[in-house]
Amino acid sequence: MTPMNIHEFLIPPAESARRKGPHDRIVMSSRVRLARNVKNAAFPGWAKKPERVRILEMIRPAIEGLPEMKSAFSESMDNLSTLDKQILVERHLISREHAAKSAGSGLVLNREESLCVMINEEDHLRMQALRPGLQLKQAWVAIDQADTALEKKLDYAFSTDVGYLTACPTNLGTGIRVSAMLHLPGLVLAEQINPIIQSVNKLGLAVRGLYGEGTEALGNVFQVSNQMTLGETETAIVERLDKVLSQIIEHEENARDTLLEKKPKMVYNHIGRAYGILANAHSISSKETMNLLSLMRLGMDLGLFPGSDRSLTDELFILTQPAHLQKQYSEKLSAEERDLLRSDMLREHLRNVSRPISKPAGSGGAALDKPNK
Amino acid sequence: MLCCICKEKEATVHLTQIAGDKMQKVDLCEECAKHKGVNDPAGFSLADLLLGLGASQELETATGGAESKCPKCGFTQADFKKAGRLGCSDCYVTFAEGLEGLLKTMHKGTRHVGKVPVSLQQTRDLSERLKTLQKKLTKAVEEENFEQAALLRDEIKQMTSKLGNLATP
Repeated sequence: MTPMNIHEFLIPPAESARRKGPHDRIVMSSRVRLARNVKNAAFPGWAKKPERVRILEMIRPAIEGLPEMKSAFSESMDNLSTLDKQILVERHLISREHAAKSAGSGLVLNREESLCVMINEEDHLRMQALRPGLQLKQAWVAIDQADTALEKKLDYAFSTDVGYLTACPTNLGTGIRVSAMLHLPGLVLAEQINPIIQSVNKLGLAVRGLYGEGTEALGNVFQVSNQMTLGETETAIVERLDKVLSQIIEHEENARDTLLEKKPKMVYNHIGRAYGILANAHSISSKETMNLLSLMRLGMDLGLFPGSDRSLTDELFILTQPAHLQKQYSEKLSAEERDLLRSDMLREHLRNVSRPISKPAGSGGAALDKPNK
Repeated sequence: MLCCICKEKEATVHLTQIAGDKMQKVDLCEECAKHKGVNDPAGFSLADLLLGLGASQELETATGGAESKCPKCGFTQADFKKAGRLGCSDCYVTFAEGLEGLLKTMHKGTRHVGKVPVSLQQTRDLSERLKTLQKKLTKAVEEENFEQAALLRDEIKQMTSKLGNLATP
């Protein structure tokens, strides 16, 4: 495969933000990941470099040979710059752990960005199927198919008792991690997010921030995923998560309705201020940008920005992140310089977006907020 | 009660997670709780915490504190304590005893019920069918139904060679 610039390969942010899926108002994306290892080799974290290189050279052609991987991007991690790797993290295509890898690790990504395989991350193989919106079942079917095709070419480490053998016992058995990225500004504004997270935790599911394990929930974006991988079938796990997600969606919609009914001024205030800062600031951090874009995205969902839709905020969500911003400039930028350029970009993109209307059609937005009971 | 991470300060944060019919408990001091992101609902998950804590202790008890080592890759219990990950797939055999308790607290069950590689599935199916055929053969011989017995014997022979082919790809 001819080497190619990953930045040119990736779907342009404007196009990426326009991809549609079921419930994409709330569910930004769905993902199913499988962890697999080959027999008779140490796991990547314990293997010495020559062994990791040998494994990479064995696995990479097998993945490139999958029909889904026609004209894929395939590269060894040492051929990617730190910036390129960071861009891949910002697109949620590789983990932060994988971004830290170099020789002996690799990446194979298809054109549609719907199938992405990390080689020698924590396990020899971490393959993931990605879909916009809520499409867990479709993602599972896709990754199951790729996995079945691969097992004909690779000899997996598998035990009839405990299933697929993984570097970390938390992934043992099915090696499956089913997850969805949710935008939940309604639950956050209504201060209902903590009880929701607690009850989701009680069901054995994890709730994490925007970039997975150990990260904070920037921009009101949360990742929900299964924790247990052994003693349950893949379809049972997918179905359980699907059910829980439907309930979270319902809670989020209810929270938005209730907020608009009981505290419209509070909601409009947040959204109006978010727009005001994003459209007029001359210096803004990545964190503040994400939190404000989240509120603006809510405004789009509520119809406060006629003529604009979520694809604008979703595009800015990608474009304003540090590595994406840095990529547009040849010289190395300091954080302060990035904050200036980020605000320039935001003002430019929001130039033709009028300030939010405060009274969407069909609701009495002029009333004062009712005090809490 | 002392904090189960630093084992120095008094534990003031007590967490319980119920998954299915299992209850998991963690007791932390304020500082460690903060450090582990317990107050940050998005970043915290009990299983991550339990894994970091419980795993090495379980292994230690199972091996009686003695240093066991994976014959295949040389990975030791101390390495597991440090990394929280195993060295190779054979480690699951080496450390099986210690891992069992850990898997019990971590997962829904301790036996895999999900997907099985097709080749293994075929082997499994064939050996099941072979067993049934052999039973039928015994019965046919007992009943002196030699015509059927001959047919069954051919079928068994065929299946055995198929199974042999699958086992050595």
